Amino acid sequence: MFESLSQRLGGVFDRLTKQGALTEADVQTALREVRTALLEADVSLPVARDFIKAVGRKAAGQAVTRSVTPGQQVVKIVHDELIRVLGGDDDAGALKIDNPPAPILMVGLQGSGKTTTTAKLARRLKEREGKRVLMASLDTSRPAAMEQLAILGQQIGVDTLPIMKGEDPVAIARRARTQAAMGGYDVYLLDTAGRLHIDQDLIAQAAAVRDAVNPRETLLVVDGLTGQDAVNVATEFDDKIGVTGVVLTRMDGDGRGGAALSMRAITGKPIRFVGLGEKTDALEGFDPARIAGRILGMGDIVALVEKAQEVFEAEQAERMMRRFQKGLFNMNDLKMQLEQMMKMGGVEGLMGMLPGVGKMKTQMAEAGLDDSMLRRQVALINSMTRQERANPALLQASRKRRIAAGAGLEVQELNRLLKQHRQMADVMKKMGRQTKGGAMRAAVQQMMGKGGMPDPAQMDPAALQAAANALKSGGGLPGLGGAALPQGLSGLLRKK
Amino acid sequence: MSFFGKLRDRLLRSSSRLDEGIGAIVDEAAPDPGAAQSRRLVDDAMLEELEDLLIASDMGVETAARVTANIAEGCLGRRLSGREVKEALATEIARIMAGVARPLPLYPQKPQVVLVVGVNGSGKTTTIGKLASQFRAAGKTVVIAACDTFRAAAVEQLQVWGTRAGVPVLTAAEGTDPASLAYDALARAQREGADLLMIDTAGRLQNRADLMEELAKIVRVLRKIDPTAPHNTLLVLDATTGQNALAQVEIFRKVADVSGLVMTKLDGTARGGVLVALADRFGLPIHAIGVGEQIDDLAPFDPDDFARALVGLEN
Repeated sequence: MFESLSQRLGGVFDRLTKQGALTEADVQTALREVRTALLEADVSLPVARDFIKAVGRKAAGQAVTRSVTPGQQVVKIVHDELIRVLGGDDDAGALKIDNPPAPILMVGLQGSGKTTTTAKLARRLKEREGKRVLMASLDTSRPAAMEQLAILGQQIGVDTLPIMKGEDPVAIARRARTQAAMGGYDVYLLDTAGRLHIDQDLIAQAAAVRDAVNPRETLLVVDGLTGQDAVNVATEFDDKIGVTGVVLTRMDGDGRGGAALSMRAITGKPIRFVGLGEKTDALEGFDPARIAGRILGMGDIVALVEKAQEVFEAEQAERMMRRFQKGLFNMNDLKMQLEQMMKMGGVEGLMGMLPGVGKMKTQMAEAGLDDSMLRRQVALINSMTRQERANPALLQASRKRRIAAGAGLEVQELNRLLKQHRQMADVMKKMGRQTKGGAMRAAVQQMMGKGGMPDPAQMDPAALQAAANALKSGGGLPGLGGAALPQGLSGLLRKK
Repeated sequence: MSFFGKLRDRLLRSSSRLDEGIGAIVDEAAPDPGAAQSRRLVDDAMLEELEDLLIASDMGVETAARVTANIAEGCLGRRLSGREVKEALATEIARIMAGVARPLPLYPQKPQVVLVVGVNGSGKTTTIGKLASQFRAAGKTVVIAACDTFRAAAVEQLQVWGTRAGVPVLTAAEGTDPASLAYDALARAQREGADLLMIDTAGRLQNRADLMEELAKIVRVLRKIDPTAPHNTLLVLDATTGQNALAQVEIFRKVADVSGLVMTKLDGTARGGVLVALADRFGLPIHAIGVGEQIDDLAPFDPDDFARALVGLEN
């Protein structure tokens, strides 16, 4: 499988970093790679071309002037440009749904996720903005499409327009308008049938619906995994129906970023929301910085933090902090951390979100660092007695043999775990001594995502590399993984 | 209308871009606009433009480079007309695709279990409806199991297709474990002596480990009754999908042992270049392609027709 965009860019900028100052030729090589990476990430060709041109212009102006870290400089230029294109120059503001009843028209290709998105949006408007919402399905072609929306409506507690068989979409839209006006709804959502952008008849039909209700917002729902055709989809729908915003679905997939860039660049319309799962609450606002960071391989730090918050119980963290402050770290603590890691999506899930670590994934897999290792280590700890967990120093040969047998593993593996624990305990001890509370509190808070993450762009790549190396050699799982560690700690790891 | 006519007609509406693109490349360097047929020297610049054009048809960077390189081998330094470029492209594409055009194999095993998998919205349910109707027309007895117990009204959708195709659809309440329904369906199909059991599954993104595990469980449970099941595992791919289709094939193949592909929504969209990339990389059989929403809009895959339609050549 080809490298993800972040892996590829990571490789390019590594090469740059190693070369000191940035020459014109360097920039050209890098941009060539960026272009390939963008294309492989399904950014449409014309969009990729323009993007490269813009970055090239900006890079050329300041490339050689500063020789601090040329790689980072290009990263920053690309990053800023990504944010600029993704976010647009001016703020799109909120959805225009004042003036009730405000119609919102949902359009898109078959299977892009319109119906699910309609329900998600309805739920969001109802729960976050306290709107009274009515949903109506104008999909008369796909079997059971109307029933699907009705069922979703029931699930989220939003009214749907009663289904009347044999009506055409325009008639349903009119009925929805009347019903919304009479029933005192703030917003009514019209979910249309999927249509190909080249199907003139169906496009004309959607235009007729538009003329019948004059939607305040027309949202184009696009599959986030869409390929090069995104250009045509965006152009055609915008030309013929006129869209006011874009919703990207399936952004929880692993094909990331490309379509977002194309959509935004071509329509010039804001990306309003991203769909991140099948449940009706899996709709989030679009954050250009976050997507740009993800595309660039700075890792989706925000997502990591949020995920950490989900699973981290404050109480546990508080307890852990007190123990760490005293420099205490026993097998129970290690077990808790291992379990935490598994909860957060295992090694791979966690590493994928960390900046710069993406490209080391393959090496990590080769080194056998995966979730099965975590599970085995937990099994080993589970095979210890309470005393042994609290005080691993007790373990002599016969106890070790018993524990290994209990977990169905070799003593060797237990030794590795013990070494890992020792190293981590050392680090904790040093930290406990150095920080005297304050910094430690901040560190734990960072782990919980409250203290705010350090800006990924400012993070020292070497430190990350070191953290990842430490992981690879199995010599100490640093806390919850590199990003959750305070920066000082990565230095300690390097010394080992 | 012949099927090829339909395919070309529908592909052409969009792939004319590849068609026009080649025209534009050739015309660009036309020395004499009055000449009957413009020709262009095949050089690096021309090849690079051609490569970009192929990338824009979703062929992917790698496959586009390989196709271009192969064309360069025979044609570098020659002056070609637009038609000749298209012929060369079509031949090269057909060559890549030749090995993968194989219809869904039928086995004497009764019931033959066909598991249909794919990401959300790729067209699994529609494809099952179309396939069931074709098998029914060929005199087979077919049973469908509606194992998408997650999405609202997925079962109802399949029931409509079942009625259209005249095939019974086994269902379970929303939220039921799909594996248990699959198990019951296989037991029933066996009892009734059906020729084919088609299992529709919920859409899942390939990076969702939990959902992929659910899929693996369906396969495990089926094997309790019939160790050789499922006899075919079809991965349904949406032709609008870009390079992520490669990731989909790779992971679904790993988890569910995909035996063949069905490419849907080939009408009108991107021109299906990603099919070439898939054939180039995986060589998995392409059983059928979907070109519309009607019950008969599913056809066997023909590499020559496809290649010629893709580049915009008359048959």
